[in-house]
Formats: sequence, C-alpha cells, structure tokens
Amino acid sequence: MNYVQLDYVDLALASLLVLANAGLSLALNLGLAKRILIATARMVVQLSLVGLVLKSLFAIASPWWTALAALAMILFAGREIMARQEKNFAGLWAYSLGTGSMLFAAALVTIFALTGPVSPDPWYDPRYALPLLGMILGNTMTGISLGLHTLTTGLVRERAGVEAQLALGRSRADAFRPAIQAALTSALMPIVNAMAATGLVALPGMMTGQILAGVDPVEAVKYQILIMFLIAGGTSLGAVVAVMGGARRLSDSRHRLRLDRLT
Amino acid sequence: MFEVSGLQRLTLGPLGFSLQSGEVVALRGASGSGKTVLMRALADLDPCEGQVTLDGVDRYDFSGPDWRKAVSWVPAEAGWWTDRVADHFQDWSLALPLIEELGLAPDCADWSVSRASTGERQRLALARALALKPSVLLLDEPTSGLDSQSVAQAESLIARLALAGAAVLWTTHDDTQAARVAGRSLLMDAGQLREVPAT
Repeated sequence: MNYVQLDYVDLALASLLVLANAGLSLALNLGLAKRILIATARMVVQLSLVGLVLKSLFAIASPWWTALAALAMILFAGREIMARQEKNFAGLWAYSLGTGSMLFAAALVTIFALTGPVSPDPWYDPRYALPLLGMILGNTMTGISLGLHTLTTGLVRERAGVEAQLALGRSRADAFRPAIQAALTSALMPIVNAMAATGLVALPGMMTGQILAGVDPVEAVKYQILIMFLIAGGTSLGAVVAVMGGARRLSDSRHRLRLDRLT
Repeated sequence: MFEVSGLQRLTLGPLGFSLQSGEVVALRGASGSGKTVLMRALADLDPCEGQVTLDGVDRYDFSGPDWRKAVSWVPAEAGWWTDRVADHFQDWSLALPLIEELGLAPDCADWSVSRASTGERQRLALARALALKPSVLLLDEPTSGLDSQSVAQAESLIARLALAGAAVLWTTHDDTQAARVAGRSLLMDAGQLREVPAT
C-alpha cells in the first residue's frame, strides 16, 4: 500500500489550527482557551500512547493481552458513561449499570463480527479485534449514556405524572413507558441519523482512513457498511439493556417509583 | 375496615389508626407535619415499616397496583401524563356522571389539560380516582382551589361515596370544612397522630 507518510513537522503545522482556536477564545474572552489546550494535550498524549500500546499488542498477538486491553477499554468507557450523567444511580449501580450493559453488548457484537463476517486468523487477532471493539464501544457508549441520561432526567421531571398513573393502579410498565420510549429514542437517534446522512454529508472516518491508506474505495465501503451494522446492533442492544435495567432499578416489585435510588 | 399499626417512614411514626368503612375522618396538622408522607405511605407509593390491612387483608397480599386501586390517593397537586383530558381516565363513560356531578362540562373529554384551570384540574383528578370506586380514599386538600359552589358539589359527592361504604381520610386546613364533612379528626404533630375533639 502506498500513502503519504506524515512527519512531526506536518503535525506541528496542523496544530496551528488548534492554537489559532485558543487564541480566538482569548481574544473574544470566551474562557475556553484553557479547556481547548488541555483537551488537545490529552488527545495527543492519549493517542500517542495508544499507538505504542497497539504496536506492541499487535506484535505479541496474544489472546490474553488482547482481552486485557479490551477490558481496559470497556472499563474506561464505563467511567465516561457515569461522568456524563446529570443524575446518577446510588451506590455500585452508578458504574455497573452502564458498564455492564456495554460489556454485554460490545463483547457480543465484537465476537460475532470476529467469528462471523470478518473471521481473521486467529479470530482474536488484535489488529482486527481492538479497532472493531473501539468503534463499537465508542458508539455504544454514546447510546447508553444518552439513554440513561434521558431516562433518569425524564423520570425526575415527569415524576408527578408517573406517580399519578401508579396511584391510579397502573403498572410500572405502563407508567414508565413514555420515559423508556424517550430514552431509547435519544439513544438510537445518533446512529440512525449517522446512517441516514453517511456518504452524502460526511465520509466516515474509518472509510476515509482506509482510502487514504490506499484501499480500493469499494472495499473500504464494504467495511464501512459492516461497521455501521455492527454499531447499530451494539448501540441498540446496549441501550435496551441499560434503559430497561435502569427502569427496573428505579422501580420495585410493589410498582413504586424509586427516585431515592438516584443521587 | 382500614387498619394501620406501627407505621414508620422517615420521621413519621410509629403510628396507628383505623378507618371504618363509610367513615370520613379529617386529617389536620401544620404544613410539613407529615400528612402527605403518611398518605403516600398508605397508598404504598413509598416503602415504609408497619402493618396496613384492608378488611383484614395485609397490603402485601395485594399487588402494588391492586392495592392502589383499592386505596386511592389524590394528591394536592395532581400529575398528568398526556395533554388530552379523557386519556387520563380508564373508562370515560364511567367517569362522566362524576364529572358532571362535580360541575364540569360534559364536553371536557377533549380539553387540553394545560388549558384547564387549577380548579378544573383538581376536580378532574378527583373524578379519575373516584371512578375506580376505591374502598379507601386518601384526599390531600381536595377542595383547596375550588369556589364555594364547587366545594359544595365535591363535598356532597364524597359524602355519597362514603355512604356507599368508602372510608375517607381527608386533609384540610379549614376548621369549618372538617366539622362539616368529618365525624372525627386526627391531628398530625411532629410525626405523631392523635385524636382531637371535633371543633
């Protein structure tokens, strides 16, 4: 494959764009300069480390090290879900609900992709497993965190209406239905919108990456379509598990609304 | 008969009392004394300690929804979950006589809840609970936002349900209303309940 290699001068040149951005914030007194620079620094450090880690993981190609890296990615994503919530579950649920749903959905979909459509040899080949998991995880994480956010804030906001239904003898399934629907809608909206707009408005990053690396566009598109299916499947599976689990946690067997289980 | 013993929730209780069927009892007490906490606990909307029975059957022998159909709480500020009035009723035709008796227009089925007045919403909330024919009614200031004619209509409707056998626990800050509608009064004070002489 032939492609234009980047050297550090090229990257320094491109970083001028972010510096200009920070300078603009300073000039307009937006108070964003510090956050922009910290986020940029994090991005550079994190990606550089990931590059080194991936390089050695690919070299070892051990199933255990691959699994360990996958687990670390899932645990970090779980922390991110928790951090994005306005209302969080009390106790261990704060972390375990989002992380558990994501572990289940992302692991299932990634293993399906590795053993079914992609089938590298060996199936756990980290060069396939980790990028696939990363893409699925990133989107599943967004879906679950939006779903849980909409569920908890919706139930808090609509508490009077939910409890009015419960007080009239309706079941928790009936009383929670609008909140669950809204939560799943907001969880799936990003991937649905992305699928509808992709190719027309934006060229997906993975596909453009492959094309830049010299892959035939038609082959790159095939990969991208596969990825979209995997992402859609992982996101909806993860969001359904998280939102239904969250709704169960925020009610009890007496069909009561248990907002006391939020912090 | 509705019997409560050893009821405890947050700073409330332990307390006990009972309501005979057909009896209207006024629940008095300063704002913040725990009247609403008590009513929510009785309707099993919040977890609480203690025993609550209806005609000798423990609340936990009912499912939560069945219990709340039998022991119905009408909060001071009702909740709504869609905008069309009739969608809040299980069976509009069953509720219609109650709606008319409360002085609401029969065509209010298609009203928008957000455009109804406070008093109209209060009467709609009362009607949707009464339509379930509960054995016990827990009313949290059911007439606080009503004009005198509507108050009279609501009082006579509730009195008629009590005559038909419902037990009613009625929160009010109005001494004359308590004397008018209730046979006896319970006073909530610092999480404890005691019988007070009728005023």
